[in-house]
Amino acid sequence: MHFAYYFYGMNKYLLILVILFSSCKSDKKNQDFLTEDYNVKLEVYNFDELEPLLTKKDDKVYVVNFWATWCAPCIKELPYFEKLNEDYKSKNVEVILVSLDFPNQYEKRLKPYIKKNKLQSKVVALNDVDSNTWIPKIDKNWTGAIPATVIYSSEKRAFYERSFNYSELEEEVNKFLK
Amino acid sequence: MKTIKKWSALLLIAVIASAFTSVNKGYKIGDIATDFKLENIDGKMVSMSNFEDAKGFIITFTCNTCPYAVAYEDRIEALNKMYAPKGYPVIAIMPNNIDVKPGDNMAAMQKRAKEKGFTFPYLMDKDQEIYPQYGATKTPHIYVLEKTKKGNVVKYIGAIDDNYQDASKVKTKYVENAVNALLNGKEIEVKETKAIGCSIKV
Repeated sequence: MHFAYYFYGMNKYLLILVILFSSCKSDKKNQDFLTEDYNVKLEVYNFDELEPLLTKKDDKVYVVNFWATWCAPCIKELPYFEKLNEDYKSKNVEVILVSLDFPNQYEKRLKPYIKKNKLQSKVVALNDVDSNTWIPKIDKNWTGAIPATVIYSSEKRAFYERSFNYSELEEEVNKFLK
Repeated sequence: MKTIKKWSALLLIAVIASAFTSVNKGYKIGDIATDFKLENIDGKMVSMSNFEDAKGFIITFTCNTCPYAVAYEDRIEALNKMYAPKGYPVIAIMPNNIDVKPGDNMAAMQKRAKEKGFTFPYLMDKDQEIYPQYGATKTPHIYVLEKTKKGNVVKYIGAIDDNYQDASKVKTKYVENAVNALLNGKEIEVKETKAIGCSIKV
């Protein structure tokens, strides 16, 4: 992921060269991955459509993480959310990963990322440019920086504009478990 | 005994005061923004006090490596072209730790500015001491300041406009509206906005 980051600072032509070069080099297996058996389904929501996922009232604890493939600290902590989703399934905890990737990156980066990393948590994409309206609805203290996470149950709710490691994440989730 | 009481009362006040200031990080509308002395891409040091004729500033925390910041590059340049002649120049400040984001180092900043033809100063907050005082948390993050006798007063904090994806579909140009209001001596309607951005790398 780090590699892709530098594209932004790179000369366009160099970028094209790099893509050409790397596609020549890519092995058979990689090509299969890009062309065949490619069925990652991605639900794309605006904020009104996303909101029900942030306000469920059942017996589960929901951990909603806002991330993007281009966000290095998000990618760093993503495996912890995946692990949490797996380890705490039996404790009625569900992780939802809300991607803020740009729509023109869904096919190029987001779906390949989901597939390559075999993400097991529910992934949805939020495509709603009017962030000034929806950011305060998620939390009034959120300045808009990602990563950001909401943990909620039917009884309580907490918002975090920060990164997590696994033990920190467990600690917060445990506050929601009886 | 009396002095101990007095001192402990003072200490208590200090503790309470520091607790409050740590909660309210960064500037609010109406605060006086600190000046700075930061290195520009041309090697010179730049401060707001260098701009004697300015009526105010469009302070823009931005960088090379954040897709949101990149999406706004042309619009930041357009703001400078439009408002520098009217007394509100853009001053861009790159706040990231370059050990974490080497793509934001001085050479990369120089290269990007040249490629994009930036006409505004593009400074590096090398010691990462300025952005926390402003309370910037992400790139891009804008502070519109008005120069007064008391200092540079914070008049607007937030996003440039309401569509990071497509400049042609923007409905509300927050920064333009704010600067226009200041130029016309009117009240700014929307003083604070929220937008998604990349967290500043520490």
